[in-house]
Amino acid sequence: MNTDTKSDVVRDRIREVVLAAVRGLVLALVMLPLSILCLVLSLVSIAFVPLGLGILTTPAVLDGVRRFADVRRRLSQEWCGMPIRSSYRPVPEDASPWTRTVVLLSDPATWRDLRWLAVDMTAGYVTALLPAVLLFYPFEGFAVAAGLWRVLADGHTYWYGFVPVTDQPSALGAAATAVVLLLAAYRLTPRLLTAHFRLTRALLGGGREELTERVRVLTETRRDAVDTSAAELRRIERDLHDGAQARLVAMGMDLGTIEMLLDKDPAQARRLLSQARRNSVEALEELRDLVRGIHPPVLAERGLGDAVRALALRLPVPTEVTVELSGRADAPVESAAYFAVSEVLTNAVKHSGADRIWADLLHADGMLRVTVTDNGRGGATVAAGTGLAGIERRLGTFDGVLAVSSPAGGPTLVTMEIPCALS
Amino acid sequence: MRVVLAEDLFLLRDGLVRMLEAYGFEIVAAVESGPELDAALARSRPDVAVVDVRLPPTHTDEGLQCALRARRARPGLPVLVLSQHVEQLYARELLADGSGGVGYLLKDRVFDADQFVDAVRRVAAGGTAMDPQVIQQLLSRRAGDGRPLDGLTPREREVLELMAQGRSNAAIAGQLVVTERAIAKHTSNIFAKLGLEVSDDDNRRVLAVLAHLDRDR
Repeated sequence: MNTDTKSDVVRDRIREVVLAAVRGLVLALVMLPLSILCLVLSLVSIAFVPLGLGILTTPAVLDGVRRFADVRRRLSQEWCGMPIRSSYRPVPEDASPWTRTVVLLSDPATWRDLRWLAVDMTAGYVTALLPAVLLFYPFEGFAVAAGLWRVLADGHTYWYGFVPVTDQPSALGAAATAVVLLLAAYRLTPRLLTAHFRLTRALLGGGREELTERVRVLTETRRDAVDTSAAELRRIERDLHDGAQARLVAMGMDLGTIEMLLDKDPAQARRLLSQARRNSVEALEELRDLVRGIHPPVLAERGLGDAVRALALRLPVPTEVTVELSGRADAPVESAAYFAVSEVLTNAVKHSGADRIWADLLHADGMLRVTVTDNGRGGATVAAGTGLAGIERRLGTFDGVLAVSSPAGGPTLVTMEIPCALS
Repeated sequence: MRVVLAEDLFLLRDGLVRMLEAYGFEIVAAVESGPELDAALARSRPDVAVVDVRLPPTHTDEGLQCALRARRARPGLPVLVLSQHVEQLYARELLADGSGGVGYLLKDRVFDADQFVDAVRRVAAGGTAMDPQVIQQLLSRRAGDGRPLDGLTPREREVLELMAQGRSNAAIAGQLVVTERAIAKHTSNIFAKLGLEVSDDDNRRVLAVLAHLDRDR
């Protein structure tokens, strides 16, 4: 039993070693020419920018470099479990070649890529090739010892590594060296491959720029959040001031008048009393609407799923709601998601001309995913200034994203994703 | 009539107790949290329970859950649920078992003491008392769809609304200041237009109306 597990361990290790060697070989043989090609093309293309020709070629070439770098990032993740983040600045899809060239050349990530290419074809090449050499070279040593030396050392000295092979004993010395190398391979090969990817990560990983970019995004979303909540507070204050508060004041005045009229003119007092009561009812209604606008009661009581169900019941268009949530998200996330869904549904009712709407809520892989579909006429966009842009900004506070698919003629499909955990 | 009352805000609880006592109800328990309500309902077997939706300790829909639990344990136990807001979702859950004796009203309805007490009595007697807001939401929805309610006259719509709240013909007649005979004629017209079975039972009448309004969604 004990020996079994031990041999299992050895077998696993051998597999790992062979895999690392093969992968290293692939990296060294396939990637070296590509690295050289990428670097040369990039440098030539950039050098031709002042002549004008480079403007046309640079975006394409640098795009290729990025793809190549992304392949290496993916390999690092798959082969070594070492994720390397990319942090390229977004390049506008439909920009002119000139703009694209400028954006690409002003992105520090581009220069980082080029630096990496230079290192990759030298130090990177060596660290990738070493595991393969360590594993495969010993087999030549064994072949030499087994008799190959007669052919190779025919009349002169054949060097196997640092061992001069001239006859059978020295060939056995080569075999001994091969054994040592093989042992070294057994111990070192996977580690060498890891070293290769460490090197790649050190050069390709988005270190500081990535953090800077993250800080920029966070600053922006925080400003949006602060702006939104300040506007919200102003709206609440105004609603209270013009609505419930004013009604309560009127009610107090009516009650004062009633007190005075009670003996003199009971009929008038009764009329004022009913008016005061109406005012109190209306004040309550306004407060209720206000509360619904701040934090809907069903959301507080039951969570997102039932809140959206309750919302759907109030819509004039039949709406089907499917909920697959195993718990509740944090209150701020729930609230953001609810208002986003609410706005999307309202949009669908108002603008789509749909007679049926579907809303799906699902939590999977640490993502809250909400999809709203309607069978309307489509044509919705997230252009600046529309409600959808507002939703996108609000979701941004929680690193959430919004995607809209709405071809003319419909149907419209709005998807929202917010990373969050359920409890 | 024996009443169990659950309301966490002291001022409101106190006011409700005084009001119900003034109308001759006997308050057997006035509690302020879900667990206390559970205990009170199990212990004192009241004729009707008046329950706030939101109760401690969770401050969520604890009161509603208690009411639903108690009705599962004792089917038909009359429960009147009060809330700061009304939602069709909750109304449906209360009506779901179809055994009647439920009410769901906005807290503001206590402003009109007579009508409120009438609702409590109706629920205690096995009838229903649905808040006009719930009914209006349902009716406006249907009207927006432009389907079944189109054929109704404005007067019939008014009658349907009151009927769906759980009022009897006599009460509707009183409210609209017409004879009971006129209301009976309206209701049979409404039932005919909506394709509902005629029933004398107030409670079934409401359930039939709600079921119809609720159809095909």
